[in-house]
Amino acid sequence: MLTSGIIVLSGGLLDPNPGLIFWTAVTFVIVLLILRKFAWGPMVGALEEREKNIQSSIDRAETAREEAEAALRKNRELLAKADADADKLIREGKEYGEKLRTDIVDKAHAEATKMIASAKEEIEQEKRRALGELRNEVADLAVQGAEKILKANLDANRQKAIVNSMIQDLSKHRN
Amino acid sequence: MKRVNAMRSGIQSRVFALLIPFLLGVHGLTFAASEGHGGHGEEKAGDIIMHHILDTRVMDFEPFGSFTLPSIVIGGFDISITKHVVIMWLASAILLLIFGMVGKRYRSMKATEAPSGMANTMEALVEFIRLDVAKSNIGEGYERHLPYLLTVFVFILMLNLLGLVPYGATATSNINVTLTLAVFTFFITQVAALKSHGVKGYLQHLTAGTHWSLWIIMIPIEVIGLFTKPFALTVRLFANMTAGHIVILSLIFISFILKSYIVAMFVSVPFSIFIYLLEIFVAFLQAFIFTMLSALFIGLASAHEGHEGEAAH
Repeated sequence: MLTSGIIVLSGGLLDPNPGLIFWTAVTFVIVLLILRKFAWGPMVGALEEREKNIQSSIDRAETAREEAEAALRKNRELLAKADADADKLIREGKEYGEKLRTDIVDKAHAEATKMIASAKEEIEQEKRRALGELRNEVADLAVQGAEKILKANLDANRQKAIVNSMIQDLSKHRN
Repeated sequence: MKRVNAMRSGIQSRVFALLIPFLLGVHGLTFAASEGHGGHGEEKAGDIIMHHILDTRVMDFEPFGSFTLPSIVIGGFDISITKHVVIMWLASAILLLIFGMVGKRYRSMKATEAPSGMANTMEALVEFIRLDVAKSNIGEGYERHLPYLLTVFVFILMLNLLGLVPYGATATSNINVTLTLAVFTFFITQVAALKSHGVKGYLQHLTAGTHWSLWIIMIPIEVIGLFTKPFALTVRLFANMTAGHIVILSLIFISFILKSYIVAMFVSVPFSIFIYLLEIFVAFLQAFIFTMLSALFIGLASAHEGHEGEAAH
């Protein structure tokens, strides 16, 4: 404490010195001018340029990201739409196929029924025709039999033989 | 970890390097003390401390001798070159060398290239002053004041640091130097104010927007306010730089006044090393504060009307 008191009292610390002020000003101004030209200019310029570069890089990255996101969104939409389309197509195809199948089956059924009906008809006709023929035949046979009976009626043996032969004939004929 | 150790050992070696001239300087003191009587030791210590702090025309390189700087008187003005002027020139030379190299590197560098080594270190400094000091305090148009702020920062920093090396002297512990630098800030502040408000706005600002009957009080207050800012800058830097050196030197001289090795070992050396490390911090801090306050004053002076209004209320 005493030492510092002596220092302040002894003066000198606050003495003005115009020469030093002059040299300080001159030195400082020269340093300022030289540094401004050779150091601060390039350095601050480089810093500003880099700042701009970084900002533009960030901006570009941001736009790229947004674009990528938009593309992704679009892709997703397209994919969803394609999925829906495919689903729809499959469903439609299935429906069509089902319809086609039922149609074909129905048609086949109808055809079969028709064919069966016509076959039945034909059989009926054939049967009727055969029956008519048979009737005529039987009538003829009966007439022939009667004729033979009448012819053979002359004797019993003959009658018997006639009847037997007739029966035989009949059975032969049947077969 | 290795790096930290290396740094620590670097600091230690620097501290030892610093202590050497002190010890040598003290060597002269012991001679002086032995010639006189014990009772005058304290006065002698004060003289030696003053000798270390004050400006002088003698460049002392103690064990190797000393030489006297030439005296120049032009037109009745004594513009002799003193120790602090020499230190200032040395600081300027170092600054021009460092920043010349860095600037050259930046000129040859493309924008996409990353700086390395010295350029990288200085870029961190420049970027700090540019963004955290200039841009945040001045705002728009800070680019115009950037060269001044950067120069004043590195200039004061270099002068502060040169006070901490052997045979160095702290030019910033001379009030003439700090006053000159503060006057630069003052002029730049006034010019910035005139430019952004015009002469009319500048004069209106001196009335602080009060009623005309109060002008007789307000104008002197505002005018004094203009000058307190550079005065505060001057005294802050000068006092901080002087105080640290006085403390270090006083701690060293305690052991010589008490003539005790024990005091030297357990008080003087450890405490002065501590204060020295503190001084390294203060060297950066004061350079930063001077720059910061300069930027703040410029920012306040060139603030737009809206901001002024907000600040006034």
